Amino acid sequence: MLPDSTARIAVLLSVGQHPLTARPRRADQDARALELALQLPGVEVLPVHAGELNDQNETALRSYLGMGASALKLLPAAEGEDVLPLLQQGLRDLQPDLVLCGKRAEHGESSGLMPYLLAQSLGWPVISGLVEIERLEAGHATVLQALPRGQRRRLRVTLPAVLAMDDAAPAARQSAFGPARRGVLEVEQMVAVAEQGLANLNNLSVLNWQFQPARKRPKRLKIIKATSARDRFKAAAAKAESSGGQVLQGLTPDAAAETILKMLREEGVMNSTHGD
Amino acid sequence: MLNLVLPLLIGVALLLAVIGAVRRIRLWRNGRPSPVALMAGLAAMPRRYLVDLHHVVGRDKYISNTHVATAGGFVLAAVLAILVHGLQLDSRILAWGLLLATAVMFCGAVFVARRRIDPPARLSKGPWMRLPKSLLAFASGFFLLTLPVAGLVPAQLGGMLVGLLLLALVIWGLGELFFGMTWGGPMKHAFAGALHLAFHRRPERFGGGRSTGLKPLNLDDSNAPLGVEKPADFTWNQLLGFDACVQCGRCEAMCPAFAAGQPLNPKKLIQDMVVGLAGGNDAAYAGSPYPGKAVGEHQGNPFSAIIAREGQGLVDAETLWSCTTCRACVEECPMMIEHVDAIVDMRRHLTLERGQTPNKGAEVIENLIATDNPNGFDPQSRMHWAADLALPVLAEVKRTDVLLWLGDGAFDMRNQRSLRALVKLLRAANVDFAVLGNEERDSGDVARRLGDEATFQSLAKRNIATLDQYSFRSIVTCDPHSFHVLKNEYGDLGGQYVVYHHTTYLNQLRQVGKLQFSQYKGGRVTYHDPCYLGRYNGEYQAPRDLLAAAGVTVVEMERSGFRSRCCGGGGGAPITDIPGQQRIPDMRMADIRETGADLVAVGCPQCTAMLEGVVEPRAEVLDIAEILANALQESEVHS
Repeated sequence: MLPDSTARIAVLLSVGQHPLTARPRRADQDARALELALQLPGVEVLPVHAGELNDQNETALRSYLGMGASALKLLPAAEGEDVLPLLQQGLRDLQPDLVLCGKRAEHGESSGLMPYLLAQSLGWPVISGLVEIERLEAGHATVLQALPRGQRRRLRVTLPAVLAMDDAAPAARQSAFGPARRGVLEVEQMVAVAEQGLANLNNLSVLNWQFQPARKRPKRLKIIKATSARDRFKAAAAKAESSGGQVLQGLTPDAAAETILKMLREEGVMNSTHGD
Repeated sequence: MLNLVLPLLIGVALLLAVIGAVRRIRLWRNGRPSPVALMAGLAAMPRRYLVDLHHVVGRDKYISNTHVATAGGFVLAAVLAILVHGLQLDSRILAWGLLLATAVMFCGAVFVARRRIDPPARLSKGPWMRLPKSLLAFASGFFLLTLPVAGLVPAQLGGMLVGLLLLALVIWGLGELFFGMTWGGPMKHAFAGALHLAFHRRPERFGGGRSTGLKPLNLDDSNAPLGVEKPADFTWNQLLGFDACVQCGRCEAMCPAFAAGQPLNPKKLIQDMVVGLAGGNDAAYAGSPYPGKAVGEHQGNPFSAIIAREGQGLVDAETLWSCTTCRACVEECPMMIEHVDAIVDMRRHLTLERGQTPNKGAEVIENLIATDNPNGFDPQSRMHWAADLALPVLAEVKRTDVLLWLGDGAFDMRNQRSLRALVKLLRAANVDFAVLGNEERDSGDVARRLGDEATFQSLAKRNIATLDQYSFRSIVTCDPHSFHVLKNEYGDLGGQYVVYHHTTYLNQLRQVGKLQFSQYKGGRVTYHDPCYLGRYNGEYQAPRDLLAAAGVTVVEMERSGFRSRCCGGGGGAPITDIPGQQRIPDMRMADIRETGADLVAVGCPQCTAMLEGVVEPRAEVLDIAEILANALQESEVHS
């Protein structure tokens, strides 16, 4: 990348799903990614979607256009088709400096692996939990990564890179009807890759998976003994205390496994008699 | 000498007036086309002026009598002056007529001048302070000049100096009343106002009619502008309507947002639109400003954005979002200007084109799109409040007499009490009713008033499709907003229904003896008229009849009926939440407190929520359905 050329930022946008009504919508994290890209001064924003185009999806995709992007590149894929080869090829063609995406799709396999697989196949670095891009310069970007309890870590990443958004990133702006209606969906057929994508058709359809709404994992009850508001606040905001931990380095696999087993027995997760 | 100068003067004044009129008409024609019946409108204009307009002006007897004398005198005097002095017709009868007309006009002008000695704050000053003097100059000048023609004084009386003095008076009068009428002086209201009445966008309002539903946008035409970005995006007759404003400030005096110190003044808004259609800035405006905003910093022209994307435009966005769409300004406007239409038109642009609905607006719209209700509740939980009531659902019974429309109040625990009371009453009267249940969606009221016409039409069309599947005689709802939208706004999208507000329907049941109430024994009660029931739909009587039937003597607030003050809950105002000096519901509760009432009867979930949000001590807030359900006679319950 030349120092004075505009940075090209590809934003991967998927069709989301509303948690209550399951209606297609702009995916929350993807919309945050687009918001972040639109707020960067002097960059070229390249929205990309790989997937099926139908009436319902179109409304959802157009709601991204309603945020202010004038066009969205659409890489058509059949329902259930693996979009990874499509995105890989599409991004090779686009040659962006940065790829922004959500960290997890709102439906489908929703494994959260997409950013990593994509980065691996492109040979680019990947950062998850992105909340802010502080600086873009030739070949490098300074970004903020979200850590638990509102902490942030400043990272400097070599471009091009894949950045996956965190839920703590700034909320997406309102989508307006007029720009959404006028925006262009540029369909780009990629025959060679599409064949490859169909060849390794997604496991989902092969395995005939069943889908059901995700349930929140139960949380361990936290008994708060604090008596004052200040103590309660401290208990709520405190970092999870890790006491008595130890860093294991340079151990043989057997020794490492033994140490882990020992810890599990101590914690009562494993039955000490059964384990032996 | 006068015989030569006067025809020339009148001729020049008339010519300039015609040139001004053409220029002004060209400004209006910058607006978008709007079909009106031109000839029929012109033919109906005198009646609209003499009956409909004076019906509104007549609420202030002082000024209506003054206006009859001044305007009537002037119109007659102008015609006769053209004949007698302009064309030099030598007729005693005409001259005597002119003397009479100018005398009447003079008397009227004296009363105009008296109003201007210590004018109320709502009146604009500036050129309007000059107007009574100009009227007096015109009337007295022509009166004195006509005396010789009528043969009352010899023609040569007075000599040169008096002649010049009279000429000066007449030039002043002609300048204000002929020239100023079309070149933007205070008298512009007569010229633009007459045409505005003739070409009004809502001709149904005349002759005692009512037209309050918002006009739909054509979303199928991708070239049509989505709302109003620049003054030229208004229709031409809307622009004409703005020009008709007399700056009497009655709207300002009634506006709840203005009283609360929010940055809105309906009069200033209309004047800003006039600035926009003619081009320039608002420095010449001589009335009350938008609270908290200086005058003279805003400018515009017909083809630049009203709300600037950057820097200062013609109006600030928060001015538009302060409006509760309570329609008090429209109800009060003697010129029948449509403020609310204009505000919603401009909001449409902000929401549909710019995505700039302030505060919770974006979230509410997103919820409406995703869950069909503004607060994002699970649409499958709409009937949870009635789990124990075993309400018949239309999906099962297919046909019913009365479709009970619940509204989004079904999700609100406070409104659920009103709904349960209403169900109790309907059952007591043995009404055959059913609900849509989870098939019901938000009516689209909030979306539409936040400017999101697309979401409104989407909700409305889906609701209409649902309603089309079933057979029912009428819809009854306890939410005046749903009531208004179903009754007056679904028609444009193909949904024609008989819709009743629950008070109207319950009153009908009472009149045929199906409901009987025991006598109320509590303290003082007042009644708060909801805007969307009263001003929007003209229902003032049924709630009062019902309360009277339950033995309640309503202590009226000073502002009740068509002048009822808004609770602050309409038009998405609680969602956009523009800060002011005080809260509108607090002011309304102060009105209630003045009556000494312990209980305020309401007929709207929104009003209930707003008024109950006022800190205690305050009057108890009960829906009329709740009051009646409590007063229901035992025998009726078991019958």
